[in-house]
Amino acid sequence: MGNVKEVDDRFKKFGTVSFTSITKTNDFIKYLEEGKIMGTRCNDCEQVFFPPRSDCHQCLADNMEWFEVSGTGKLVTFSKLEYAPIGFQEDVPYCIALLDYGDYKIFGRIADELSDDDIKIGMEMKTAVNKLPNGQLNYVFQKV
Amino acid sequence: MSKVAIIGVGQSSFLRSYPGSIRELAFEGFKEAMQDARLTTKDIDASVICSAPEYDKQRSPAGVFAEYLGLNPQPTFYVESLCSSSSMGVRLAYSLIKSGLHQTVAVIGFQKMSEISSSESQERMGRGADIQWESPFGTMMPAYYAMYTRAHMEKYGTTPEDLARIRVKASTYGQLNERAVYRKPVTLDMFSDPENRMAGPVASPLRVGDCCANADGSSCIIVANGDKAKSVCEKPVWILGLGAATSSVNLAGRGLFTGLTVAQQAAQQAYDMAGIAPNDINVAEVHDCFTIAEMMAYEDLGFAKPGDGKELIKGKETYKEGSIPVNVDGGLLSKGHPIGATGGSQIRTVVLQLRNEAGAMQVDNPEIGLVHNIGGVGLYGNVTILGR
Repeated sequence: MGNVKEVDDRFKKFGTVSFTSITKTNDFIKYLEEGKIMGTRCNDCEQVFFPPRSDCHQCLADNMEWFEVSGTGKLVTFSKLEYAPIGFQEDVPYCIALLDYGDYKIFGRIADELSDDDIKIGMEMKTAVNKLPNGQLNYVFQKV
Repeated sequence: MSKVAIIGVGQSSFLRSYPGSIRELAFEGFKEAMQDARLTTKDIDASVICSAPEYDKQRSPAGVFAEYLGLNPQPTFYVESLCSSSSMGVRLAYSLIKSGLHQTVAVIGFQKMSEISSSESQERMGRGADIQWESPFGTMMPAYYAMYTRAHMEKYGTTPEDLARIRVKASTYGQLNERAVYRKPVTLDMFSDPENRMAGPVASPLRVGDCCANADGSSCIIVANGDKAKSVCEKPVWILGLGAATSSVNLAGRGLFTGLTVAQQAAQQAYDMAGIAPNDINVAEVHDCFTIAEMMAYEDLGFAKPGDGKELIKGKETYKEGSIPVNVDGGLLSKGHPIGATGGSQIRTVVLQLRNEAGAMQVDNPEIGLVHNIGGVGLYGNVTILGR
């Protein structure tokens, strides 16, 4: 029998529905499984990236290292969806949001347990790995 | 260098569901523009076809259209920048003509959105954002614009009612526009009645009435060099200024959430090229895919200071009789938004205004007009300034 090449398509595990399966940043999923949210930093010019990327547009190097997102970010803005695109209807309602960590920002969802009254622009939040009911992984913003 | 003019404009009616194929839809806008310019297909030496392609089964529509429109064997180009595709197509036509490579170029925008369901459409529209890092969270265009809305409300005290006033204005002119998909009146009372469809939730703080309608439609703009324009056209409308910019697709890469940097940058380029200022504009078409988008456009284009857009609409300054009439054809909100056709339709409206041929929607003798056309959530921005 011929050799079966193993395809690294781990990224299909990201989010309720992933539209990407193969990327050089597939280790992002390994880290999610370990409970960590990771960005990348260019070893040549120190530029920090979130979402993580494998190529630095600043110095054109592909010499990246992973760093862990830690601490808290400020809620920049958010929206609660009452209607969802195909594939996401069972998640409704949910809030998408942006957190500002200073050196980088993170786009994601706000944790479901927060009520509307709990969510205020400017509040400090942290980012945590979240396992979705369908077995997929994403991350959510939680109150601190 | 010789100037570049628009010598013919056309568009189809914008409909919920066009009863024909995409090539037939494209023909409708093309036919009106060709009749307007009084040209034959031999006069067109290149075509530019513009759309967001993921709605179609047809691959590479440009070649199919070139044949159906009678434009073989002339070359054709395909341009895509989401909702600003046909403004980008006009920018390409301008440069093709300025280079001397072509003399007369037809820019045809189209979209037949009705071939897929509304939720499928939202999913495709959402994929105009970052599919790797944002779409897996369940994003869609109204939600992204809602995030801008929330930030604008927080910083400037803009209210849902301020936004509703923009929808009411759009409906005022949608009722006058025979090509509009939504021709019914909309009142502020509808937004304050929780039972009314307009007040229904979509993505907070945006409601159903804040969102434009999907539509099928086509548009066509015929662009020519100055010599050709003067020889065939009684009322050429000149391209005075062009601006175009891009931004980070992922919101995480952006710094401003109360306006669109692409609009600000494209506007500045276009004003500089035309040698004019915002208060020289007599009529404008802006990309009101959502009410907040028109509010931000007032500010990004310099019609109002940041945060003061709401005063323009409260004072009815953007109505037909106001100091800066905006979207007096119903805009995307009432006229409808067939993605690839939208920029061409906006340009058509301003050209008709500058020719004093806009009928019931005509503003008082405008000399300079502006078109603001955005692709994605401020991913692409195009501003075009036109003059008599």
